[in-house]
Amino acid sequence: MGLNLLTICYLIGSVTFILGLKMLSNPVTARKGNLIAASGMLVAIIGTIFLYEENGTRLGNYIWIFGGLLIGSVIGTLAARKVKMTAMPEMVSLFNGMGGACAALISLVEFNHISKELAINNSIEYISSIQPTVLIIVLGLIIGSVSFAGSMIAWGKLNGKVKDFSFTGQNILNLLLLAVALAAGVYLVIHPENNFLLYGILVLSLIYGVLFVMPIGGADMPVVISLLNSFTGVAAACGGFLYDNKVMLTGGILVGAAGTLLTILMCKAMNRSLVNVLVGSFGGNNSSSAAGSKDQGHYKEISLNDAATIMSYANKVIIVPGYGLAVAQAQHSCHELEKALNEKGVEVKYAIHPVAGRMPGHMNVLLAEADVSYEKLQEMEQANDEFKTTDVVLILGANDVVNPAAKNDTSSPIYGMPILEVELAKNIIVNKRSMKPGYAGIENDLFFQPKTSMLFGDAKKVLQDLLGEIKNV
Amino acid sequence: MIFVGIEVIGRVPSVLHTPLMSGANAIHGVVVIGAIIVMGKAESDNYLALILGFLAVILGTLNVVGGFVVTDRMLEMFKTKKKNTNTN
Repeated sequence: MGLNLLTICYLIGSVTFILGLKMLSNPVTARKGNLIAASGMLVAIIGTIFLYEENGTRLGNYIWIFGGLLIGSVIGTLAARKVKMTAMPEMVSLFNGMGGACAALISLVEFNHISKELAINNSIEYISSIQPTVLIIVLGLIIGSVSFAGSMIAWGKLNGKVKDFSFTGQNILNLLLLAVALAAGVYLVIHPENNFLLYGILVLSLIYGVLFVMPIGGADMPVVISLLNSFTGVAAACGGFLYDNKVMLTGGILVGAAGTLLTILMCKAMNRSLVNVLVGSFGGNNSSSAAGSKDQGHYKEISLNDAATIMSYANKVIIVPGYGLAVAQAQHSCHELEKALNEKGVEVKYAIHPVAGRMPGHMNVLLAEADVSYEKLQEMEQANDEFKTTDVVLILGANDVVNPAAKNDTSSPIYGMPILEVELAKNIIVNKRSMKPGYAGIENDLFFQPKTSMLFGDAKKVLQDLLGEIKNV
Repeated sequence: MIFVGIEVIGRVPSVLHTPLMSGANAIHGVVVIGAIIVMGKAESDNYLALILGFLAVILGTLNVVGGFVVTDRMLEMFKTKKKNTNTN
């Protein structure tokens, strides 16, 4: 009876996951979809605690279980509530790592059970009966720990604690590490009594996870997070096989498949192949040294007053937001500026590059927070058609997504990435904190073009000052 | 299930990539169920299983709860915006 009820709980969980994910892909239903998936998760978790039985015995250690759930919930809620919108990508990466670690720990404990059994009964029949289980345990361990280590590095990179790091032959070393870990895994499946091997695999996988993400530049981090996300999904699915648990299987495979597809979609948005992202060590040492040796030319600055004047008398202004806007938390000031210009009869739009910021859709979320209306946000293709008829383009802390090198410099590491073709507009005003190159670590020729003028300073402060000037014009 | 995953994500506006990734992130937190089972099965004298299982439950819960809350916070902003466009 209890088991049937549990099956129903898991069915509810599985259905809500699919439904939730489907609803998450539509702006109107997204929030409800998230809540539906969350409630399905709750049903599945409570069902497991009270209804799960193995060989007729219910689960014990309730104090530990509830203790763990409580601690996890409190920390999780606090962390998720407190985090600033700019730090969202880091947070997702961190939570993803936690899921990976969870999967790896499950594998460790389950293998511990098996090796205890093996100490008592090491008949050939028993060994062959557990081999499939060991295989799944090993897979869960490898994928889970790679995902954990990788996510931690991605998290550190996004908040600037970890710098890009690569050395020659790293790709070969990485492949070697993975091969050794896999070989050890295969050996362990054949000879499960060598339990020390499991810890070897754990260590190798952790090192592999670190080295795998280390050389990948910040601009590609969203792709990596999405990829690691689908890894954790697969690790969860391994757990599903291990316990023959339907809801874990559904959730895990669903995320594994959806995550992989999302990763590919993101790669497409940047016009790069996944292999290119993973092996290319984008923005690493090579490219920054190449950029440093290039002649930089001259750039010109513009005063706030002049900037305010040309914007006030323009017919159409397009704002290109980037990570600088997010860091300065300038989305509200940006909306204010838009309103002030509207009052003067200036048409204002926003051009959103698919990978502006640190995550796809990062800018949309930020601007939505400031109540910028949805119709004013233009995707890259639309915006590129409009730049020709635009008087002023105001770039707020964006850099690589407007770098013309992506179009005409074949040696540039971002060559081939579609960009916002802002140079088609009549005037370009660039707000940046300094002349330092962007996240990809490469110079931007746009800043040295005669049509371009620079407006240095923190995006929020500049926008507020600009707003004051515009009101005076 | 793989096809369901692909079908579900198929045509998503890039606006929703971040929340979608975050939502999917929360869903793979379902791995916490495995942690609960590990924990619940552990004999009371098997400290390794107890400690690792306990850690796994905490981490898994962090993934689930944190994931859903972060996603909700992102989507909250879309909702207010939606209302505004309706009233305009």
